[in-house]
Parts: sequence; structure tokens; C-alpha cells
Amino acid sequence: MTRSIIVGCGRVGAGLAESLEQAGHDVAIIDVNSDAFNRLPSDFRGRAMRGDGTDEDVLRRAGAEGADRFFALTEGDNRNVLAAQLASETFGVRNVVAKVNDPVRAEAYTALGLATICRTTMMVEALEAYSGLRPGTRARGVDPARGHHGGHEPRVERGSDARGRGVDGVAADPATRIARG
Amino acid sequence: MYIIVVGGGKVGYYLTKELLAAGHEVVLLEKDPRRARQIADEVGSIVLNRDGCEGKHLADAGANRASIVAAVTGDDEDNLVVCQMAKHHFDVPRTIARVNNPQNEVLFRHLGVDEIISPTRMILASVEQDIPVHELLHLAQLGGGDLELIEAQIADDSPAAGRRPRDINLPEGCTLFVLLRDEQFQPIRPETVFEPGDKVIAISRTECEAQLHRELIGTDGTDGGQSRVGAGEAVS
Repeated sequence: MTRSIIVGCGRVGAGLAESLEQAGHDVAIIDVNSDAFNRLPSDFRGRAMRGDGTDEDVLRRAGAEGADRFFALTEGDNRNVLAAQLASETFGVRNVVAKVNDPVRAEAYTALGLATICRTTMMVEALEAYSGLRPGTRARGVDPARGHHGGHEPRVERGSDARGRGVDGVAADPATRIARG
Repeated sequence: MYIIVVGGGKVGYYLTKELLAAGHEVVLLEKDPRRARQIADEVGSIVLNRDGCEGKHLADAGANRASIVAAVTGDDEDNLVVCQMAKHHFDVPRTIARVNNPQNEVLFRHLGVDEIISPTRMILASVEQDIPVHELLHLAQLGGGDLELIEAQIADDSPAAGRRPRDINLPEGCTLFVLLRDEQFQPIRPETVFEPGDKVIAISRTECEAQLHRELIGTDGTDGGQSRVGAGEAVS
């Protein structure tokens, strides 16, 4: 069974936990605040752990060793960068994605070989598409004619150092822009 | 020398003052406006109210001509990002990070931080020097964090007491180095017999420590007594 670890049980983390669990993944989700787990559906069968996802011991307890996928999705760019690098360097997880909302930092870490996902860039691109600045692409999520499921093809950006990391499972969402390291 | 200090807490504040007094060119980045103003009132315009984790702000501070970037905020993750940006984006020759969680040291070094200062480990080392221990003392990290220089004190009931080096089942990747007996250092020879009270200095791969502990001192040190600070007890 695919084992996925998610750090940060915000809207994104909780939503992803639900989808992965429904898809049959063994999911562990970590947050410093146990109230955050209220965002999970009541029938969630994965593990919800209170703890600091930038702490090696906490990640080990969550099963980071031997995990297949790791998602760092807290509200702090730097926390995500630290958690993601612990996962890839200390625990050897191959598929690691960090949410980094500062585009400059996202680009810098992409260049270092870390897969990053940047909400800022995604939204700007979607709104540009909506405003007609991106001919040939339709803005997903802001297209009134298509409701929620219009969309352009996934765009995967490659960093300079591929290091064999896959982000295929994440790129399935058409609006997700993954800068891949 | 041009030095950028990131983080204007107690450490950053005193560090900046000392560096200025020593005649260095210094810029301090502090993201909290009140704290930045407060320090600027004392040391002048070298304080920038900026977030040192942002590439743009490091560029504004002249990171590309800095000899040293010292990241001394209270948060390990911020210090890591500052050092990685400085190192890989601006080619700063020397980056220094303050690290609170000693477990982060190995990772940070591996990720290119040149120097790691861990107040937690320093205080820990100081505490360990003072108490008689049935534990391994960590004297220093070597080889980029893979190896540890360790001191083990032989007790009356230690398995090593009364035995020679070859009678001890040493883990692979571990070398007994020198013996401290009656305040005198002596080499460990094949005919040496370990006595209670001996201090054995060894070099060990990090992952062999538990076995080394078992063979020299007894028990495996996993009962919470081992002298590493777990994250739960880390000074925050």
C-alpha cells in the first residue's frame, strides 16, 4: 500500500488526506494543533498525529522511514522547506513536495532539486488565463462557463537537478503547477 | 569584512554590537518592525526591517558581497532557509546557523551550512562534563556528522571491566582510541586490561553508538539515559 505523509492539516492538507485515503493510501497527517484535525472527514481512517512536522522524531513516529510520498503543506514556507528536506535527505523519501508560497524561494528551491508548489504562481496564472492573457488556456476554478472543472493541461516545470523524484500523483490535478526538482 | 546578521533577538543584537565594536561592516536584518526600530535607535541605520529569508531582501542587503551570513533567529527552519539562500543563491563563502534542535545538525551540515552553533548541545556538553555518568559523552562530531568522538567511563559492573580489547565485541566502524587512567592518557594496547574508573576515548560511527554503549558500559543507552537530547526536551 502506498504510504503518504502530510505535514499541515489546513484546507489543502486535509483535502489531500481525504482524497489519498479514499484512493487507498495509508495516510498519516501531522499538525501542531489538534483542532486542525476537525477539518478531516469524520470517517477518516488514516492517522492524525499532533506534533511538529519539522522534528525528526515526530516524522519517524509518523512512519517517514519507508514512506512513498511526503507533502509539506503548513502555512510556513520555511517549515515546509525544512520538513521536506528532512523527508528526502534524512528518511530517503523519493517523492517529496513542499508548498512554498514565496515565488522567489520556490524557484530557488526548485533549482536545488526540491519539488515545490507555489500557490501565488498558481493563482496568478489562473487569473491571467481568466483575463485572457494566456491564449489557449482556460482558467480552472474561475471559468463561469465550465464551473469547477474546466482546465488546462498540467504544466510540470523541471528544475535543474532531477534526482529521480516523481510528482506524478500530485500533478493529476490539472491546475496544480508543480515545479519539479 | 562584510557580515550579514539575520535575526535581531538577544543573540543577533549582541552579536551585531560585538562585530561593530571589532570594526566589521555589519548589516542586521530583523523582520519585526518594533524590534528593528528598537535596535536601530541604538546602533543606527545598519538595521534593516526585512525578512532575511526572502531572496530579494538578502539581495538588497548586499548578500552577493558578504563574507559571512550568520542566521541566528530562534527558529531552526528560518536559519536553514537563510543559509541555503545565502550559500546557493548568493555564493556566500561562509554561512553560520544557530540550531536549537541538536538533531538538525547533521541535516543542516549536509545541506551546505558551513558552521552550526547549537546552544542546546553546548549546554548539554557542559552539564555532562560535571556529572559522573554511566553514559557515553559526546565530545565532538567528526567527518561531517557521521562520526562521533566519544568518552565512555567503565564502571564496576560494566561488561568491559577486567577485560582486554580483543574480548570486547566492538561494532564495525568503531575504534577504541586512548585510555584516561589516573588523570594520565595512555594508548590502548592488546594487553591493556580495562579497570573501573577508566575513561575510554573512542571514535564511532553514529549508528554504532548503542552497541558500543552495551559492550563497554552495559545496557544499551536506549532507556532515555543516553546523553543525546531528544527533540521533546530540546531547549526552545
